[in-house]
Amino acid sequence: MTMQAASTEIASRTAAIIDEMKGLEGPLLPILHSIQEEFGYVPKDALPVIADGLNLSRAEVHGVVSFYHDFRAKPARRHVLKLCQAEACQSMGSDAVAAKVKQLLGIDFHETTRDGSVTLEPVYCLGLCACSPSAMLDGEVIGRLDDEKIEEIVAEVHS
Amino acid sequence: MNIKADFPTLIEEIDYGTPESKATKQVTLTVDGQSITVPEGTSIMRAAMEGGVEIPKLCATDMLDSFGSCRVCLVEIEGRGGTPASCTTPVGEGMVVRTQSERLDAIRRGVMELYVSDHPTGWNEKAGTGASEFDAVAKSVGLVENRYGTEGRNHVKDDGGVAPGHGSLAVDYIARDESNPYFTYDPAQCIVCSRCVRACEEVQGTFALTIEGRGFESRMVAGMHEDFIASECVSCGACVQACPTDALREKTVLEKGMPERSAVTTCAYCGVGCSFKAEVKGDEVIRMMPYKDGKANHGHSCVKGRFAYGYATHKDRILSPMIREKISDPWREVSWEEAIAHTAKEFRRIQYQYGRTAIGGITSSRCTNEETYLVQKLVRQGFRNNNVDTCARVCHSPTGYGLGQTYGTSAGTQDFDSVEYTDVAVIIGANPASAHPVFASRLKKRLRQGAKLIVLDPRRTEMVKSAHVEADYHLPLKPGTNVAVLTALAHVIVTEGLFNEAFIRERCDWAEFQDWASFVALPENSPETVGKLSGVDPEAIRGAARLYAKGGNGAIYYGLGVTEHSQGSTTVMAIANLAMATGNIGRPGVGVNPLRGQNNVQGSCDMGSFPHELPGYRHISGEAVRDIYESLWGVKLDDEPGLRIPNMLDAAVDGSFKGIYIQGEDILQSDPDTKHVAGGLAAMECVVVHDLFLNETANYAHVFLPGSTFLEKDGTFTNAERRINMVRKVLEPKARYADWEATQELARAIGLDWNYTHPSEIMDEIAKTTPSFAGVSFELLDRVGSVQWPCNEKAPLGTPIMHVDGFVRGKGKFIRTEYVATDERTGPRYPLLLTTGRILSQYNVGAQTRRTDNVAWHAEDRLEIHPHDAEVRGVREGDWVRLASRSGETTLRALITDRVSPGVVYTTFHHPDTQANVITTDFSDWATNCPEYKVTAVQVAPSNGPTDWQKDYNEQARQSRRIAPLAAAE
Repeated sequence: MTMQAASTEIASRTAAIIDEMKGLEGPLLPILHSIQEEFGYVPKDALPVIADGLNLSRAEVHGVVSFYHDFRAKPARRHVLKLCQAEACQSMGSDAVAAKVKQLLGIDFHETTRDGSVTLEPVYCLGLCACSPSAMLDGEVIGRLDDEKIEEIVAEVHS
Repeated sequence: MNIKADFPTLIEEIDYGTPESKATKQVTLTVDGQSITVPEGTSIMRAAMEGGVEIPKLCATDMLDSFGSCRVCLVEIEGRGGTPASCTTPVGEGMVVRTQSERLDAIRRGVMELYVSDHPTGWNEKAGTGASEFDAVAKSVGLVENRYGTEGRNHVKDDGGVAPGHGSLAVDYIARDESNPYFTYDPAQCIVCSRCVRACEEVQGTFALTIEGRGFESRMVAGMHEDFIASECVSCGACVQACPTDALREKTVLEKGMPERSAVTTCAYCGVGCSFKAEVKGDEVIRMMPYKDGKANHGHSCVKGRFAYGYATHKDRILSPMIREKISDPWREVSWEEAIAHTAKEFRRIQYQYGRTAIGGITSSRCTNEETYLVQKLVRQGFRNNNVDTCARVCHSPTGYGLGQTYGTSAGTQDFDSVEYTDVAVIIGANPASAHPVFASRLKKRLRQGAKLIVLDPRRTEMVKSAHVEADYHLPLKPGTNVAVLTALAHVIVTEGLFNEAFIRERCDWAEFQDWASFVALPENSPETVGKLSGVDPEAIRGAARLYAKGGNGAIYYGLGVTEHSQGSTTVMAIANLAMATGNIGRPGVGVNPLRGQNNVQGSCDMGSFPHELPGYRHISGEAVRDIYESLWGVKLDDEPGLRIPNMLDAAVDGSFKGIYIQGEDILQSDPDTKHVAGGLAAMECVVVHDLFLNETANYAHVFLPGSTFLEKDGTFTNAERRINMVRKVLEPKARYADWEATQELARAIGLDWNYTHPSEIMDEIAKTTPSFAGVSFELLDRVGSVQWPCNEKAPLGTPIMHVDGFVRGKGKFIRTEYVATDERTGPRYPLLLTTGRILSQYNVGAQTRRTDNVAWHAEDRLEIHPHDAEVRGVREGDWVRLASRSGETTLRALITDRVSPGVVYTTFHHPDTQANVITTDFSDWATNCPEYKVTAVQVAPSNGPTDWQKDYNEQARQSRRIAPLAAAE
């Protein structure tokens, strides 16, 4: 489990990321992704540092971060499982998939299992409509979910 | 004559929905059968409004670029499918537009129905004022039902009505934010149209607001979901003005209701001179609304102008004249008649006893042109001497001198609109984001469009780096080295051949240029040499010089960091030289622009407030000029210049100057070397203070005449761009007389035959006697709004840009600017350099702003000190420190920041407790005596609390402010 970092630590690691990526065109999103990779989430203390580094206001950075559900405000659990709930997957039975996953994990969307091993989130289209219903586990996409695959996933996140 | 004495109605400005197009090509279209011709690029919404057809709208307003989010302003266009938004669709030649149809009505009603389903109490009950644009649109689209109810998930109810949030935000309802003293944010009423966010970005340039989240969870928040007061918000109020609902609303409106009538007037704070509608209900100002037709501000304002008018009704205001024998006595309230008669008698006695020149007057840069003119007239015609001076002495007198010498006029060369054409802005010794916020907003807008920026300032100000602002060059020069650095810039321009030879040959004296060029080219003026003494990187000097000379339209804006030095006048000349050498004079986008500190500094200088000048900057020694006034006033004028403020104080200490009439200035707090000022005042026998409050100077006064605020009188102010703006009376003077009337009473009491019945008659006299004002009258100002002097036969509507075809003085004059280090130097005892400035929410000595809720932002003056300097002295954040110079010492709390360089400390002078001017020395500009506020060698040490001087002073102030209780009628 990623520990929540101390604020000075956050500031210096964030500053290093900004220095590295500042020159990119449209650097804010790449920086936020790197920060999430670095800390496992986007710490609030990183936002003023980013604002200062890119000459933006705190409000602007907050607006962007809060717009994207992918940017987490708290450290992520060991695994993040995202189930696609968009139209194509729904037509291929994602509702049933979701119900089964929730039942097996004992949690609803936006919740984390009591042992902290996995966070379950809905997602609206992974661009994998041809292989509906689909999911993403820790950044890896999985297509054509069926009962077998679901059980495999659940076993993996619990291991 | 009674011009606009009454104003029965509320001025409603038309909102065209989208900004004006500046295209020259015209396009004709038909809207609802009416043919309308507008510039290309105009939106359909604006075109319709120009034809008098109002299309309902929520997210559009003409201060902001179109956005197209509310879906209320839809129209039908013949030959096109669908119902495009009229705000984002530009007009086309021959286009046929319908703004009304059954389909459109149905869509608009449908959209509004959805809005009200998530709005407090619904459309037909008054959730807020009932007078918002939202309420009006709901009515105009004929909304009669809400089929969706308000029972579902919403942002409104906090007591059981909320369906549990399903997103990352746990709750949908957010409580009201009352943290800002002037306005309320009620998220429940927000419709997420983004007008506030865009106003903060596009108009104000602060970017303090954002839309948080997405979809149903989205809502406006300040900062990172912070209280407004804790966020980056600077409380300019642009968001409140932009909000179409009551989500953002002035507290005064919520408490007292909507205003009933208004008059257009001019802000009495800084030299930007913003136009406002003073909106009144009964006899109370409800709010100040920036006026879109105001040429300086175009509908924008800062926290001071819009909100900080509470001082006008503050309980500290003195409303009755008062007199006392000795300054140790308590004050005695008297009638106006007694106060005026007493003053006249005292002045006459002093002149009889000590001579004609033993009295004088000080005009105010806060009062109107008409009032200032009368005070100098009182001195010249009534006192029969030239002992008149003004507070501009302590701020911009070097501007008058320096620009007068080089160009021939004592004023800035541009209008504020000029900044829209600037490619390279140079800011020297000024922090417009704090002191001239509305101009800063306009400059920032231009910077976001790609203009370059060079800043010369010892501090890393907001203009050097803040959201969406980053100076291309920041030259953090050591205080006191302005001339050296500016001459080094000239060195680069000359030695690298970057000067504009054609311009110089045509407009200036080539031989003088050559002499100047040979001087600046000397090795001692090279960036490498100057870099050592100023602490600025030579490469930065070279880069900045190249950018200014070759970057397109270069405009210089400067403030008191230029003038308040022992070489203030020289610095102004160095600036003038740079603009001439590069040809950056005489067209839009360029020029030399002093940012004036107070509302009427320009005007008070124009009106003959200086001891050597009659109105219009004409020297008192000129016989022809004296003739004009002598024949009109029927007296012989003294042809010798009178005493300047510091000379008056010196003379008082020497015993030859005994009486003074001070209108609207607090010299004890604002002038340098407080102890010397106090000594001078204490030596006088009749000090008359004419002010709103018992200010610090009044502690030494024998007569107090209550002043009137800008809301209580008619007149004019002249802003930094020479613009003469109308000030209109919206309230009756609380203390019976407007200031001009009080001066007139005093003049009559000493035997002058003055019979002005309205300030317009005073302006008529100014126009009659002053060539640059010849065309000015209240009638003209009423008709055209404002004019920039010179306004005369040659320029009947004024002069936005000066020196267009040639310099006023003929040929522009290059003057050598040799750097002479100030005598104020650091040494072992005083190793740090103190420089002073302002912050946004406070104004000048704070007499007004300290008496408003603006203290929420700045409750005390703090000493900014670099972490290194703090550490070696054992000073921690917030510690009390002793600040000592050769002149004196004071204490205040430390603020540790790397905005100041090591070796430099900085403070403001907004609070009398701090008395920063106890520290400043009596060194001053060689030409004009403008004090050297910006450089003082000091030492800083930890301290336990206020110094003895502060304690003694506070006790003395308390004693001298006593007012004897009125004796019961016996």
